[in-house]
Amino acid sequence: MNQRKNYFVALAALAVLVTAGVLAGRCAPSAPKGRRATTGGSDLAIAAQAVYVPPGDLDTYYMFASGGHSGQVYVYGIPSMRHIGTIPVFTPYPATGYGFDDETKAMLGNLTWGDVHHPALSESNGDYDGRWLFVNEMGGRIARIDLRDFKVKQIFGPMANVSGNHASAFITPNSEYVFGASRFSIPVQKGTVAPIEQYATAYKGIITAVKIDKATGTMSQGFQILMPPFDFDLADAGKVASDGWVFFTCYNSERATGKLETTASQRDRDYVAAVNWRAAEAALAQGKGDLIGGVKVLDPKKVPGIVYLMPCGKSPHGVDVSPDGKYIIGSGKLQGVTTAFNFEKLQTAISAKNFTGDEDGIPVLKYEAIKDAEVPVGLGPLHTQFGPDGYAYTSLFVDSAIAKWKLGTWEVVDKIPMSYSIGHLSAAEGDTVSPDGKYLVGLNKLSHGRHLSTGPSQPESSQLVDIADEKMKLLMDAFTEPEPHYAQIIKADKIKSIEVYPKEENKNPLAIWDVKDAGISRQGGKALVKVVLVRSTITPTVIEVTQGETVTIALTNIEQTTDELHGFGLLDYNFNIVVDPGETKTVTFVANKAGVFPYYCTNFCSALHQEMQGYLIVKPKA
Amino acid sequence: MSSVPAMFERTTRYLELPLNLRSRVLLVIAAVLLGLIYLLPLWKMTMFAPQYPDGLRLSIYGYKLEGGNKGQDTKEINLLNHYIGMKDLTAEEFTEFKWIPFVVGAIALLCLRAAFIGKNSYLVDITVLYGYFAAFSLWSFGHKLYSYGHNLAPTAAVKVPGFMPPMFGYKKIANFEIYSYPSPASYTMAAAMVVLLIALAWNVRDARRLSMNELRERT
Repeated sequence: MNQRKNYFVALAALAVLVTAGVLAGRCAPSAPKGRRATTGGSDLAIAAQAVYVPPGDLDTYYMFASGGHSGQVYVYGIPSMRHIGTIPVFTPYPATGYGFDDETKAMLGNLTWGDVHHPALSESNGDYDGRWLFVNEMGGRIARIDLRDFKVKQIFGPMANVSGNHASAFITPNSEYVFGASRFSIPVQKGTVAPIEQYATAYKGIITAVKIDKATGTMSQGFQILMPPFDFDLADAGKVASDGWVFFTCYNSERATGKLETTASQRDRDYVAAVNWRAAEAALAQGKGDLIGGVKVLDPKKVPGIVYLMPCGKSPHGVDVSPDGKYIIGSGKLQGVTTAFNFEKLQTAISAKNFTGDEDGIPVLKYEAIKDAEVPVGLGPLHTQFGPDGYAYTSLFVDSAIAKWKLGTWEVVDKIPMSYSIGHLSAAEGDTVSPDGKYLVGLNKLSHGRHLSTGPSQPESSQLVDIADEKMKLLMDAFTEPEPHYAQIIKADKIKSIEVYPKEENKNPLAIWDVKDAGISRQGGKALVKVVLVRSTITPTVIEVTQGETVTIALTNIEQTTDELHGFGLLDYNFNIVVDPGETKTVTFVANKAGVFPYYCTNFCSALHQEMQGYLIVKPKA
Repeated sequence: MSSVPAMFERTTRYLELPLNLRSRVLLVIAAVLLGLIYLLPLWKMTMFAPQYPDGLRLSIYGYKLEGGNKGQDTKEINLLNHYIGMKDLTAEEFTEFKWIPFVVGAIALLCLRAAFIGKNSYLVDITVLYGYFAAFSLWSFGHKLYSYGHNLAPTAAVKVPGFMPPMFGYKKIANFEIYSYPSPASYTMAAAMVVLLIALAWNVRDARRLSMNELRERT
């Protein structure tokens, strides 16, 4: 009896083990415990109402998103997250004929791409004024888009001495300057060579101030500041209390080369460079500064009092000044806290000379003396925006979330997951002196299948978050072309844009307004063709030139009706011009191919759009 | 047997006893269970992060590492770990992969040997040896996890304090939720141990029923 009992016990034990084994094979968790909490979901009814803009109704905000290495700027409506338009900036864009006509071609030079990073809306008294949008590009250029017609009016640069203009474009509260700084230090001036072993001493970082004309927005080179070879990352201008200053984050204070992901990540603290740009202006007025590459460059070693280094937790990315200008928030991307510096303490430390050392003659401030708090926001803090009620919002790349925290109490009050790996974020007017709150957009780097597949080349994801209440609420996912590094959201009614170019404003000497004036003329062996575009004829309908002749075609769209754009696509000659109502554009080319080449209106205009065509006849050379 | 001290005589003679049939069958079963280590994973680790909603999976076999997603997960795990200066998880780093299959194979062969020509002493040897091997393997696994989590390169971009990855259960490390559980082969290995212990128990019980004289007759 006893034996039998033991036998059964043994069998039961075996059965339990086998069952456990089989179950174990299948019970590796398929989802994390907190799945619901870690991937963004939203309350359908609330979210749908919040983002629904009925047909015909308009959004209340514009969002201008940098297009990264696409070279463009993308315009969105908020809260619908609809992509309304693309503003071509550094890359030719046949959709609007950008980069094909003489003027925009000259503006682009021979460059065909740019890496747009940070848009900067023009400001008056620290608030967006809706006049211009400045965007930087890694190749050392800054473009100005006029928000009256959403067109690029000026591309400034490539600037002297600056290499990798990443920490740009950041604008001062009254649009006095738009700043930039180099991410890649090189020996200055550009074109000189020093071996990489001399990186720490012979390579230089450059902070560049580009002056903005108050009335026209025209950019011109202001001053530059010679800096140690740190990698300058982001910036923000001081405002209100801290007006007159601009702050730049920099990593690689190790002055390392090679495998930077390791070599530039050794120090526990890098810096925020605090630049007193008014002091720099004063120094220039006294004739200080050396001419390098044609630019007045201030060396802080020779001109003390213009730059101070604030130690900031590891490899900081974003530096953001609070709406009242009192706090400077530096986010070390390789740590779990964001650091709040106090501008008043900064001033006290400077006047008390509370320094711990220097870098190439630039005083390093004592961290403990200028810091107010280390806010435990979470892992990988990158960038901070502000709300109207003293709240700050910090993006967390590693945690893939946004932390909401309070200025002054430094208390983290809410977190919301982002899908996935958020980079920058943009709150409605969230970097001005009077943030609007309401909406925030997380600009995520990974979308990981939250959209229909478009193959291996995937869109970035941008998520709209409601920040009107205490708890942040995810409203919607939208997808954008690469690569929204930063975006700015401005109240729609601040932008007063036109829909046609008024005829009386067209000062182009080649503009004509009557089909009778259209036709070809020759001057100095060059052909000039004045063309009228109007529904539904391109006049003249035949253009005759001789092979080898240089031809300038001046196209005037004489329409004054909204949305009546006309195109001029010329087959086999590789260009397409699009002319807006009331606009004149010219295109110059050498008619080197003999033959008959049709041109036609590319931008659909009317019922007889298909008939809007003509022929370029290039007679062979005798 | 005359030289055996009286106090050990019973044990010694017991060890000389031939195994009963049921034990021999169990030894064959044990050998088969041990053989499953070549087919099934021993341990599974699953890691979730917000950026990895589908998880990164790692199956540890007695002789190899197998990453989920056709091996891609191992590469991804190594890629992430390099930021904190952790050594790569590679088959070369796991000396266990060399000796575990060898030792298990040897023990399985010893089981078969005992099953066919076996004596009680063989069974005792195998059980003790296997128990030692199992304990050592578990320690070795734990030690491996510990050293991976603690021997972090001082030059790492992201410095984290040393940590012990979970060996059993759930642990949150940075933005990752990590789950670690034994897999089927661990259970078949445990089952093999149970089978051996049952066989041992049966033989001990049979031997106890014998008087000293009966024992002397049989050995």
